[in-house]
Amino acid sequence: METRTPAPGLGKLRHMSVSDRIFYIFISIIGVCVFIITIYPIWFVLMASFSEPERVSRGAVWLWPVGFNLDGYREIIKESRIWVGYRNTIAYTVAGTLISLLVTLPSAYALSRKDFKLRKPLMIFFIITMYFSGGLIPTYILITSNMHMNNTFWVMVIPFCLNVYNMIVCRTYFSVTIHPDLLDAAKMDGCSNFRFFVSVVLPLSKAIVSVITLYYVIGKWNEYFTALIYLTDTSRTTLQLVLREILLRNETATYVSESAIRMELLVKYTSIVVSSLPVLILYPFLQKYFEKGVMIGSIKG
Amino acid sequence: MRGLKVDLKRNYDLYLMVLPAVVVIFIFSYIPMYGVQIAFKNFKPVLGVWNSAWVGLKWFQRFFNTSYFQTLFSNTLLLSLYSLAATFPIPILLALLLNQFRSDKVKRTLQTVSYAPHFISTVVMVGMLTIFLSPSTGLYGHLSRALGFTPDNLLGSSNAFRSIYVWSDVWQHSGWDSIIYIAALSAIDPQIYEAATLDGASRLQKIWYLEIPMLMATVSILLIMRVGNLMTVGFEKVYLLQNNLNVSTSEVFATYVYKVGLTGSPQYSYSAAVNLFSTMINLVLLTTCNFVVRRLSETSLW
Repeated sequence: METRTPAPGLGKLRHMSVSDRIFYIFISIIGVCVFIITIYPIWFVLMASFSEPERVSRGAVWLWPVGFNLDGYREIIKESRIWVGYRNTIAYTVAGTLISLLVTLPSAYALSRKDFKLRKPLMIFFIITMYFSGGLIPTYILITSNMHMNNTFWVMVIPFCLNVYNMIVCRTYFSVTIHPDLLDAAKMDGCSNFRFFVSVVLPLSKAIVSVITLYYVIGKWNEYFTALIYLTDTSRTTLQLVLREILLRNETATYVSESAIRMELLVKYTSIVVSSLPVLILYPFLQKYFEKGVMIGSIKG
Repeated sequence: MRGLKVDLKRNYDLYLMVLPAVVVIFIFSYIPMYGVQIAFKNFKPVLGVWNSAWVGLKWFQRFFNTSYFQTLFSNTLLLSLYSLAATFPIPILLALLLNQFRSDKVKRTLQTVSYAPHFISTVVMVGMLTIFLSPSTGLYGHLSRALGFTPDNLLGSSNAFRSIYVWSDVWQHSGWDSIIYIAALSAIDPQIYEAATLDGASRLQKIWYLEIPMLMATVSILLIMRVGNLMTVGFEKVYLLQNNLNVSTSEVFATYVYKVGLTGSPQYSYSAAVNLFSTMINLVLLTTCNFVVRRLSETSLW
């Protein structure tokens, strides 16, 4: 196996000491194992989703689709609930991300300004909420009985739109990258803070804006808890709620015929693929931004 | 005060920029904090938070007198400790492993692959577990039959619950969690490596004397954060993995708070009290941890 692994330095193996040679072979093997363990479950789901239902439940699928067919996908196209969920989730994600950005970025900039008088007290005001919260029930009472926001579009996009951690990451980025001289120069030209933010700060901060956008998009796409608690109306349902119903429904209890049970299993595979598709397609392009995000987050602001 | 007024006039737009965030946090974080008083009251929805009658520590006493107190406490703590023992060191080892591959291509590929599971939603993750672990139709079932074992119903087993929870977390998040360590390792000056090679250091010695010390600052900060959050076990995954068969090990604070507070006949005040109690334990843990580490070293959260 190790001969097929393009491990670095392996070509130079001859020049190494015996112990280093053993070491390289060893880490190459572990590397291959990590690769397989990580990719295989995902690969398997994808392959099974293109296979024949009967063979999937019999365990005939291992590496490639067996009895290639699209029955699962045909079946899922008929499931209207999943498309209602899809449509709603797209709406919540788009609107939610926009609102989150509109709240997060300007406040992060204001708080990054050292000359902003309320900077310290406001930071404390925000940070406290990371360590202490009223908890589930008081929040639930507020949103349902006081504000009547449950089962509305707004409950998915307003109450939890600001992630304080994301805001602090942005604030750190702004205070590190935006040089104070830039502001002084702009002020000389009579530029307002707001215009400076829009036409100087944001264009200079494309990296962090993309990172935070991605964090919010992924977070909202995968959101489950808020929907579980505040959305009981099926017309408002989200993709994750529908998925939960499909994925965790008991195979034997609801379906009588053998072939129906098998189809049910296949639909589980296809629904995973269909729901994770947007993220999976975007992923390779966005990966470099995620890393940047974690690095910026690790700077102590 | 006068300084503030002047600043308000000069930088009024900065105040406007921070206003939406302040309003949202005030309404959806601070008002619920005010609402926490229902833990000490007999909350009646018709009366509202303010007008409900005070009952002192009634709900806390009731909670401490049930067998739930002990169960929840030990379940939450054990799940957390198990999780910490596995999901904390593995990303460090993974980062060290990735750092050994000096071909950028190999390193990149492995990294890209290892982050991918992080973006799978909890619902899908649990869905995959139910499919894979099914004794009749899942990979686990087929594999154990092929090897001559009789597959158990792992998802309905209270013994297997913690391992399923923890090791699926390892699979899902280790790659992502290793990014920060990889960043720390990439800060090592290549010249130091060369010097070490000239001195005849083996790869293992380089890991031990160069790379591990380089990670220690990051490790200690992240460890405080993890230990401080020991009593917080995410609701979603436990809730989704929970069923009647494994409930004896899978009931944790978060799921219990949800169950008594929002399902069946809701007991708002009691649930809020249990929730407040777990938040308090957390705060105490975090502060103690931070204090101890600050005493022992220079690094601390605040």
